[in-house]
Amino acid sequence: MKAYLLFLWRIWKLSWAGSTRYYAWILLLTLLVLVGVNAWARQFVEGLQTTGMTNQVSWGAYIANFTFLVGVAAAAVMLVIPAYVYKKEYMHEVVIFGELMAIAVIVMCLLFVTVDLGRPDRFHHMIPPFGVFNFPGSILSWDVIVLNGYLLLNLHIAGYLLYCRYQGRKPTRRFYIPFVFLSIFWAVSIHTVTAFLYVGLAGRSFWHHPLVPSRFLASAFVAGPGLMILAFQVIRKVMRYHIGDAPIFTLRMIMTVAMLINMFLLLCELFTEFYYPTQHAASAHYLFFGVHGHHGLVPWIWSAISMNTLGLLLLVSPASRRILWLNVACVLCFIGIWIEKGMGLIIPGFVPTPLGQVVEYLPSVNETLVCLGIWSLGALMFSWMVHVAVPILNGSLRAQPPLSNASQPTATLP
Amino acid sequence: MNNDPGQPQVPRTLEEVFRPQNRRTFLKGAAATVAGMAGLVAALKPLLALERGEITLDDLLQRHYRQLTPGDLQRIMAALETKCQQERGVRPTIRDLKPMDGVEFGYALNLTRCIGCRRCAHACLKENNQSRERPDDIEMSYIRVLELNKGAINLETSNVYYDAAQVPQPDKYYMPVQCHQCRQSPCTKVCPVQATWQEQDGIVVVDYNWCIGCRYCMAACPYDARRFNYKKPALQKEQINPNQDYLSNRIRPKGVVEKCTFCLQRTRDGRYPACLEVCPTGARVFGNLLDPESEIHYVLKNKRVYVLKEEVGTLPRFYYFFDT
Repeated sequence: MKAYLLFLWRIWKLSWAGSTRYYAWILLLTLLVLVGVNAWARQFVEGLQTTGMTNQVSWGAYIANFTFLVGVAAAAVMLVIPAYVYKKEYMHEVVIFGELMAIAVIVMCLLFVTVDLGRPDRFHHMIPPFGVFNFPGSILSWDVIVLNGYLLLNLHIAGYLLYCRYQGRKPTRRFYIPFVFLSIFWAVSIHTVTAFLYVGLAGRSFWHHPLVPSRFLASAFVAGPGLMILAFQVIRKVMRYHIGDAPIFTLRMIMTVAMLINMFLLLCELFTEFYYPTQHAASAHYLFFGVHGHHGLVPWIWSAISMNTLGLLLLVSPASRRILWLNVACVLCFIGIWIEKGMGLIIPGFVPTPLGQVVEYLPSVNETLVCLGIWSLGALMFSWMVHVAVPILNGSLRAQPPLSNASQPTATLP
Repeated sequence: MNNDPGQPQVPRTLEEVFRPQNRRTFLKGAAATVAGMAGLVAALKPLLALERGEITLDDLLQRHYRQLTPGDLQRIMAALETKCQQERGVRPTIRDLKPMDGVEFGYALNLTRCIGCRRCAHACLKENNQSRERPDDIEMSYIRVLELNKGAINLETSNVYYDAAQVPQPDKYYMPVQCHQCRQSPCTKVCPVQATWQEQDGIVVVDYNWCIGCRYCMAACPYDARRFNYKKPALQKEQINPNQDYLSNRIRPKGVVEKCTFCLQRTRDGRYPACLEVCPTGARVFGNLLDPESEIHYVLKNKRVYVLKEEVGTLPRFYYFFDT
């Protein structure tokens, strides 16, 4: 216990030790977080009228970002599976970063749901025994369980492995391997349940569609690995930690396959909606072409489709064996999927309304600032976690300090 | 792992990782902490504008409606009355009318008769204390009247923004839509905190003091029947209907969902809904579905009845019918 407290104390001290670049980055993110907090405080006082949402489009940027990010969090599994199921040794040098990213991103998800609430002061109504939990009826209550469960799983796995590494002892398999395998299923479940949030609504035909969960997973396994490829390169560049090209190119392969599936499913969707258009295609029609003179989402979805197509072309071509082009593909796919799942999936579900009204939606400035704040907080958390994890991983932070001329680190991370 | 040949790792001592704490680093850390706290305080400054008593400890500790003792509820309703008087200058009477035994309410609307005058939508506002910016602002009304093209029942080409002074148009007909009080209600199913439920008489209600404002019910509703309070309801003193019910037309707090309750503050008291009373053509029929002598029973048995979006499987207690 005492040793663990000392560990935490050292982590705390380590958080403040960094280069000027580290300080500048943290300071920038902190400022953006504060801007977001400020915008949220305004929203808390004035109500959700500070957003662009209406009775007709009752979910907006918050739920869109939430949906997208659940996918990014679930994508950590794409590091876990090669590392633990296929026992790729080189994936073990990065798998922990995937778990840390999942932690940061799940926290972002929970925050996006919280800022979307009209009464955040009643948050405890969802938590038994203070609240009344509508389980198993409401898929939202399922989502609360799976998201928090995934957060705990990743906190446990990453925390346990890092602590063992810090103590210089080999982790006990039964304390983490079962959780690692559980987290594989759990990761799939968080995104499936999130898809069921929408699929379960029979009154919205745009969402009431068995393809949605599969597409969610496929697009998540593009966006998540895309972000990881970029993050790994930053880590190996600015920190004393070696990440080879092998994990990056494994992720490239995963992205390519996932994007192919995603585009194929998109094609199936387009065929179903437009080959023989019914009234159920009204939302799709609004999204892709506009209806009754309203075209708000048309530029969004076509930019998403262009970015995804371009990203896919790069991924399948040998060009993306070069890191530069791979990075371009990652950025294109990440933004493309973000649009596709947000403005391209959540918003058109509400347009037209079930009674045929067309009310368009655009996020307000205040709403955008809140989103920016949460994204910055996620980046801040991930940066901080990597900042303290790397000295543990590369052996510079140990429970027993080695002498200056000591030998190489003995324990290895599994 | 992590043994890049080009970049051998040299383990550092703790002292290298943590440069020894001296006066300078201590001051730096302290300054950063102070600046951070100051920034947080500054960022939270808008919270100062919160009105006094907007969120009280009693509010935070209040239980779900169905867990309240009668005494608790009396105390809460009295507090709401006082609050309304202080804030809006009118003291309402808030009651808690219970469902009556042997009653299941049903509503039927005669599409042949409706002329689209929108009086029902306005009467709804007057009765149910919804927020409105201007006297003619009916966005929060629980009734949306659709103007449809004759020849089909196609909601996709409907219009809610038509000019009510020009009705009825010869090539149009009109369909008011409000909460259908579904037997299989998607809205109550999805609510994560059971803040909305079906009462024994079939009316779907919301506990405004329990709703967390996630708006999942609005996404679930196939009839666009729910409204959200994006801000504190805007109501003039003279617009307030003081005859209120806890689960129905009492003035809602900011950030919760509201909906049609078949005017339960009236109907559980033996009166008709406000929208029915105001209808100039007698297009609306309301009553007890379980009473074989009731007019609603007669209509459902003898008229050509149409259920809106029957394919969604909601089994509404709201019906449309046609005269022959």
